[in-house]
Amino acid sequence: MENSQTNVRNALKYGDLYTRLSALVMGAGLMAHKQIVKGLLVLACEIAFIYYMIMKGLHALSMLPSLGTETQGKVWNEAKQIYEYTAGDNSQQILLAGVVCCFVIAAIILLWILQMRHSYHLQKKLEAGEHVPSFKEDIRNLFDKNLHITLMTLPCLGILIFNIVPLVYMISMAFTTYSKEDEHLMLFDWNGLTQFKRILNMNGNIGRQFWHVLAWTIVWAIFATFLNYIMGMVLAMIINRKDTKGKAFWRFCFVLSIAVPQFVTLMIMNIMLQPSGAINVLLQNLGLTTAPLPFWQNKLWARITIIVINLWVGIPYTMLQVTGILQNIPAELYEAAKMDGAGPAKIFFKITLPYMLFVTTPYLIASFVGNINNFNVIYLLSGGGPTYVGDTAGQTDLLVTWLYKLTVDQQYYNLGAVIGIMTFVILTIVTLITYRNSSSYKNEEAFM
Amino acid sequence: MTTMAKNKLSPRRRLVNFLVHLLLAVLAIIWVLPIFWIVLTSFRAEPGAYTNTFLPQGYTLNNYIKLFTDRNVLNFPKMFTNTLIIAVFCCIFSTFFILSVAYSLSRMRFAFRKPYMNIAMILGLFPGFMAMIAQYFILKAMGLTEGSAIRIGLIIVYSACTGLGFQISKGFFDTIPRSIDEAAIIDGATQWQVFTRITMPLAKPIVIYTVMTSFIAPWVDFVFAKVICRANADQFTVAIGLWNMLQKEYIYQWYTCFAAGAVVISIPIAVLFIYMQRFYVEGMSGAVKG
Repeated sequence: MENSQTNVRNALKYGDLYTRLSALVMGAGLMAHKQIVKGLLVLACEIAFIYYMIMKGLHALSMLPSLGTETQGKVWNEAKQIYEYTAGDNSQQILLAGVVCCFVIAAIILLWILQMRHSYHLQKKLEAGEHVPSFKEDIRNLFDKNLHITLMTLPCLGILIFNIVPLVYMISMAFTTYSKEDEHLMLFDWNGLTQFKRILNMNGNIGRQFWHVLAWTIVWAIFATFLNYIMGMVLAMIINRKDTKGKAFWRFCFVLSIAVPQFVTLMIMNIMLQPSGAINVLLQNLGLTTAPLPFWQNKLWARITIIVINLWVGIPYTMLQVTGILQNIPAELYEAAKMDGAGPAKIFFKITLPYMLFVTTPYLIASFVGNINNFNVIYLLSGGGPTYVGDTAGQTDLLVTWLYKLTVDQQYYNLGAVIGIMTFVILTIVTLITYRNSSSYKNEEAFM
Repeated sequence: MTTMAKNKLSPRRRLVNFLVHLLLAVLAIIWVLPIFWIVLTSFRAEPGAYTNTFLPQGYTLNNYIKLFTDRNVLNFPKMFTNTLIIAVFCCIFSTFFILSVAYSLSRMRFAFRKPYMNIAMILGLFPGFMAMIAQYFILKAMGLTEGSAIRIGLIIVYSACTGLGFQISKGFFDTIPRSIDEAAIIDGATQWQVFTRITMPLAKPIVIYTVMTSFIAPWVDFVFAKVICRANADQFTVAIGLWNMLQKEYIYQWYTCFAAGAVVISIPIAVLFIYMQRFYVEGMSGAVKG
């Protein structure tokens, strides 16, 4: 509809008086070019923007560089003979207001560009004697060829306000002193990359913990993703075997365990594996062990327990996901392999696995990302423990659970934000590398 | 399988079959045992979290009765209504958001389509928590973190970003032949009519799947709820309530009630899940084929 000719530069250069006037009075061009209601709406937006800037926006922007200077203080009131507390600046609110203001400005710039282009577009249409859609027709189009605008506006607004703005806000915290350390919870300041240096420095206490947690996070994600994937696939294949009887029954048994809400099963597992929990009681009653096994008390035990329980949680999921895809594998492939005398193991590694990897690489990446960010399993099972004295991170903490502890429990917001950013960076790298090396990216043609 | 075919099986194959079924039986026991155990615990007469026996010594219904009548310490009925209200609203908004986005991305062609999918992928790489903590501050600035406004806050948090979770529905929409839409449009239908009268009825499985997953989400999430409710006990959802029952100060009194609560919550969710798992499988394999 609007081609490359209708850009803002052309609009300013070749536009008529009204189109150019829209640069100052937004919507003027639209109103002059027979789209009065739309023009008025745009103008209303501009007026609302100016009102907002005067009332709040300018102040918010001007406070952003300093993030506030007034500390909360007390002043002696002679008349009343008491100390009165004066409200100081609240840097966290200043930062939020500043970030929101930046987004409002970006939105109005976007609207400005759109209305300039549209105004110029309408002008050219009128010059060519073409029909300009009325407001009624515009509305009708919103339910026809422009349906995507109607459908996607609200979801996009939701994502913008409750995902993108919070993320930008949180990322900006990483460059401040917003932390309980040194009492910077009310008033804090920008301090550049200090926290990043602190985290990457292997000799410091925080840096040492970061590298430990990072290493475990990656080990965990690899084990959790690939063990679940292979074992889930094998389970699906065993159930789908021609000779297996009661397929529906077996599937039901496994699906039952994922049908129960995950946080419930995880909390139950946590209790069952306590030193005096059901499993230890059972083992001791059977005479298999004399002392309770340290499922959560020993670092290595805790790590292995978590991976094993995650298998319990994850295998049925994988089984469900791959069942349909497994049945899509062309039967000729198997027959040919059998004729050549390949055994079951060889068929699995030479045909099934490559085919599945080819088809499910995106899901594998998604599940790897999910495991790196897997909060529930760690937090509800081990709570990140065992934790050594003086550390904020436990031995089974992932970056996400550590992020949670640092922000919600310890209120080290800047460190938490840095860890969040580092997680994002690592995930981006991993995703890009695996995706680029995957056969579905290299060779876009079908399998084989 | 007929007896004729059975007789043909070689002894080796019979052995393999026997071993496979044995393995499946062992695995099934491992997978079902914890669930079985929690059901037994919910009827256990002895109080406390830890007992000296694996199986309960006596059985009672008191745990369920206490769960639904004791409103003084941990008000489970109240939590149940809170969660139900949140779940109903969340279900309406999320379903609308997810299906709208999925339909637009699958059927419409517009300039923002590819960027939107890329942005969704990038946003998915951030830990969900990072946004969560800032979301709390934003809700606080809007005054939605005190009193009963917390419910509105939770509804917003659960449904606002669901537009990012369009993949499974989009995969399903992609498998519906476009020629059906085109025929309808030639007959004079608008896109809105195609969306509501043609695609929605054809995509019934995925609509049901979306409705159910959106309804279940508030029942099973406890992290967001915990961060946003903080200490407002009268706004707790079921998940926080159950989590609290396992904390040090309550566990002895409430452990068997926790088991009862877990069973009460799990039964409807499990029924819904087992009912919709086939839609999930269809969505997954459909998305891959497409």
